[in-house]
Amino acid sequence: MTVTEERTGTPEIGNRRLRKEDQRLITGRTRWTDNIILPGMLHAAMVRSPHAHAMVTGIDTEAARKAPGVVAVVTGADVKDGQGAVANAWPITADQKAPAHLPIVLDHVACAGEIVAVVVARTAAQARDAAELVDVDYDELPAVLDAKEAVDDAVLAHPDLGTNKSALWRLDSADQGSGGDVDEEIDKARAEGIVIEREIRQQRLIPSFMEPRSTVVDPTGEQITVWTSTQVPHILRFLIAATTGIPESKVRVIAPDVGGGFGGKLQTTAEEFATLAVARLVGKPVKYTETRSESLVSGHHGRDQYQKLTLAATKDGTVTALKVDLIANLGAYVGLVGGGVPVLGAWMYNAIYKFRAYRFTVQTVLTNTTWVDAYRGAGRPEATFAIERLMDDLAAEVGVDPLQIREQNWIRNDEFPFTSVAGMTYDSGNYEVATARAVELFDYEGLRREQSERRERKDPVQLGIGVSTFTEMCGLAPSRVLGALNYGAGGWEHASVRMLATGKVEVITGTSPHGQGHETAWSQIAADRLGVPFEDIEVLHGDTQIAPRGLDTYGSRSLVVGGEAVVRAADKVVEKAKVVAAHLLEASADDLEFSNGRFTVRGTDNGIGITEIATAQFTSHNLPAGFEPGIDADATFDPDDFSFPHGTHLCAVEVDTETGQTTMRKYVCVDDVGQIINPLIVEGQVHGGLLQGIAQALWEEAVFDDQGTLVTGSFVDYTLPTAADTISFVTENTTSPSTTNTLGTKGVGEAGSIASTPAVVNAVVDALRPLGVTDVQMPCTPKRVWKAIQSAGSVSDAATIDSAQPHFDPGAPNQDAPDTGTSTNGAGQ
Amino acid sequence: MTRISVTVDGVDYSDEVEPRTLLVHYLREQLGKTGTVVGCDTSNCGACTVHLDGRSVKSCNVLAVQADGHDVTTIEGLATNGELHPMQQAFHECHALQCGYCTPGMIMQAIDVLNDNPNPSEQEIRVGLEGNLCRCTGYHNIVKAVQQAAGAGAATGSSAGTTSGSTLGGEPV
Repeated sequence: MTVTEERTGTPEIGNRRLRKEDQRLITGRTRWTDNIILPGMLHAAMVRSPHAHAMVTGIDTEAARKAPGVVAVVTGADVKDGQGAVANAWPITADQKAPAHLPIVLDHVACAGEIVAVVVARTAAQARDAAELVDVDYDELPAVLDAKEAVDDAVLAHPDLGTNKSALWRLDSADQGSGGDVDEEIDKARAEGIVIEREIRQQRLIPSFMEPRSTVVDPTGEQITVWTSTQVPHILRFLIAATTGIPESKVRVIAPDVGGGFGGKLQTTAEEFATLAVARLVGKPVKYTETRSESLVSGHHGRDQYQKLTLAATKDGTVTALKVDLIANLGAYVGLVGGGVPVLGAWMYNAIYKFRAYRFTVQTVLTNTTWVDAYRGAGRPEATFAIERLMDDLAAEVGVDPLQIREQNWIRNDEFPFTSVAGMTYDSGNYEVATARAVELFDYEGLRREQSERRERKDPVQLGIGVSTFTEMCGLAPSRVLGALNYGAGGWEHASVRMLATGKVEVITGTSPHGQGHETAWSQIAADRLGVPFEDIEVLHGDTQIAPRGLDTYGSRSLVVGGEAVVRAADKVVEKAKVVAAHLLEASADDLEFSNGRFTVRGTDNGIGITEIATAQFTSHNLPAGFEPGIDADATFDPDDFSFPHGTHLCAVEVDTETGQTTMRKYVCVDDVGQIINPLIVEGQVHGGLLQGIAQALWEEAVFDDQGTLVTGSFVDYTLPTAADTISFVTENTTSPSTTNTLGTKGVGEAGSIASTPAVVNAVVDALRPLGVTDVQMPCTPKRVWKAIQSAGSVSDAATIDSAQPHFDPGAPNQDAPDTGTSTNGAGQ
Repeated sequence: MTRISVTVDGVDYSDEVEPRTLLVHYLREQLGKTGTVVGCDTSNCGACTVHLDGRSVKSCNVLAVQADGHDVTTIEGLATNGELHPMQQAFHECHALQCGYCTPGMIMQAIDVLNDNPNPSEQEIRVGLEGNLCRCTGYHNIVKAVQQAAGAGAATGSSAGTTSGSTLGGEPV
């Protein structure tokens, strides 16, 4: 039997390993859900409500049933006893109102895009053609769309509930003993200090993963198999069992290659349950793949909050208190963790600063819009944006550099571990070092100099410099904390290490990667721990049959929780192997050392490789008496605390004050994400996160019209950034190891998107502050920037239109015919 | 139904298609060329980009019948004899992909960009890739990969690179 040679090289952890995943992805051999074809497989198409709020009064399926290739047309009534439900796993208060969310509606439609019927046919094209023939009668109801309007309960999203208010959740530092009284501090600041009050709009975003969601359900055989494009196969399996009554042991969920998620696939969806229901009904495998237009309206959205903020400080700019009042639009239903998203931000508004008092209140509301749930950062981007905008405003008020006001208020590196006013204990960090490095890379002083020169010469193109010194909490999560917050699951993660007889190794993880590179990073961890070559390790995931225990991938948890589980499983393997090694080497286990995959008897050359022991346990010809054959091991890790990465982000933006056009000039970030397993992967995570955050600042917004129709319903109107819209970034890292896991790692997946949005908007505002601009609402489109300039100056909005277009004759259209004079109204968003 | 004859990745096919069939659906559903993927329904994302007679096209924007008598190269036909195309290699080495869904289209478009301009600046690369969306990478490493491939002489149509190398284009990243 062949045994692979032991490894003696340099440590894998910290190595810029090229990814194992790439080979299949760059050659087109990837297994996306939509690629799956099963014998006899049928295709589903959804009939969706065009109305935001309506009662279904009749569904005529006759014509569709007769269409070529159609096998079934299924309505809610056909499956009402077994279709399951789209669940909320986190009721944030005991009295939270959460309307029942049925995959296929019975009669009440609460947002546009809801599934009213499903057509099953031989081909996808036939199913779609026939879906057009389903005739649905609706009685339209008034729709409530905006969160602020929803609070008034004048129009109800769900008349049966009697209110739009879902839950009111509060965290108060005085109540929980982590700080003082907010109102007292604010009163004091009003009398003798500084009070800054702002309202910020966190616009609605759409996650926009590149792979549209797809589900294949095979109901034949003893176990129902569900392939689906999800971040959460384990949670889906649990919720299928919990809501349909199918025994959990009869369900296998597989997440094959998944093309991005960003929180958008942290959901159990109506489409998954509807496909399951129709497949069981027709008894054949069924595939459903959404179109992009369906994805944008029916996949959950992100953000959509109004933030009312009060920051109190002393005259010299030392912060004292922070009060946060949120209204969060949940859309039509409370998603898997939808209600909890704003709550995840609750501990992060105080960020890296030493406030004395803090209060956070969120009112979640239901509306007749697409449901809202996690999107990259989930609650923490909103919090970080708010505080980092406020800190810039405070710096302007005091008249000092924004970096100075931050340094004056942040937690010093000798103060860790530090318990914040919100009650979280940050394990490690060094804001001084990260900031110093960022300032150097950015040429902060040089750009400030250029800024003042441009200001002096009244350059129409002004330069703005934005600062964001963020931290966040991630690595979901300690189960006891989740339990205290009434979350419906734990936060542990599981791993198994299987030592194969031929010297190869399988690492099984309960995390479910969808682009992050776990196969590579987990191989590096296991290679170091077991002393086996990187190439000899296979990482298996995303199949509840292969990885039976797991809680999946979201909240930057995979490495800090799941990676640690791999460490512990590997260490158990070594411990078991040691017993066999001692036996085979005829030595005492206490005299053995393990290094680079070999057990050696201390002080001798006598040794044996761990892969040889794997072979020995396979044959079991010569094992210690009573030793149970096998050195494989499982481990489950439940962390004691969250992970607190941080970083300093600096952004330079040029703003054309005549057109409102913004152009990014430079972006530098220095992030502390603890020990880095693979620098290449960390850089990639930061790049992608940065651009998603920048996109919120400058371009993206989901917009509904007055009827509740999603206006940004395709990639024509929901404007994702392209390569031509952006620049290359400068990213570096500093490292203060986390103390919550043995590897010292912190989460990195969401950091970029949390940090970058305020850096960009701070830069835009910084460019325009001398003109009197103190805020620009996101996304900072040219139109909004231009209007902010106009309304901040002495010239009124109405009077500027002629003067701003001196090259047109008064009254003349600004485009060639056929112009009807309305063309300027539609510009921008 | 209409009969078409198309060469795809070096193999001749003759098939009956519905006239409304898009090239991408013909590739995926009739030929099993699932390396080419669909990411949108408005021709914005470019995930389905292939080469038609050596030039990049969005295969969601071409009818299968329009490919009749023509030569199509997909991501699956780029590597020759197990050797990656220099652009594939550059994407791998520069970590220019994460989830990989946009990657087939992005690689096909990147090759086309270099075919047009073997020594592009960073800005020319960015503009050349404007029709292809990526949500994972922030484009940073994609641009780097195209610069590296340009240096390795990847501007040789759909087949593996043989032309002499040119210097890295654009500004340092």
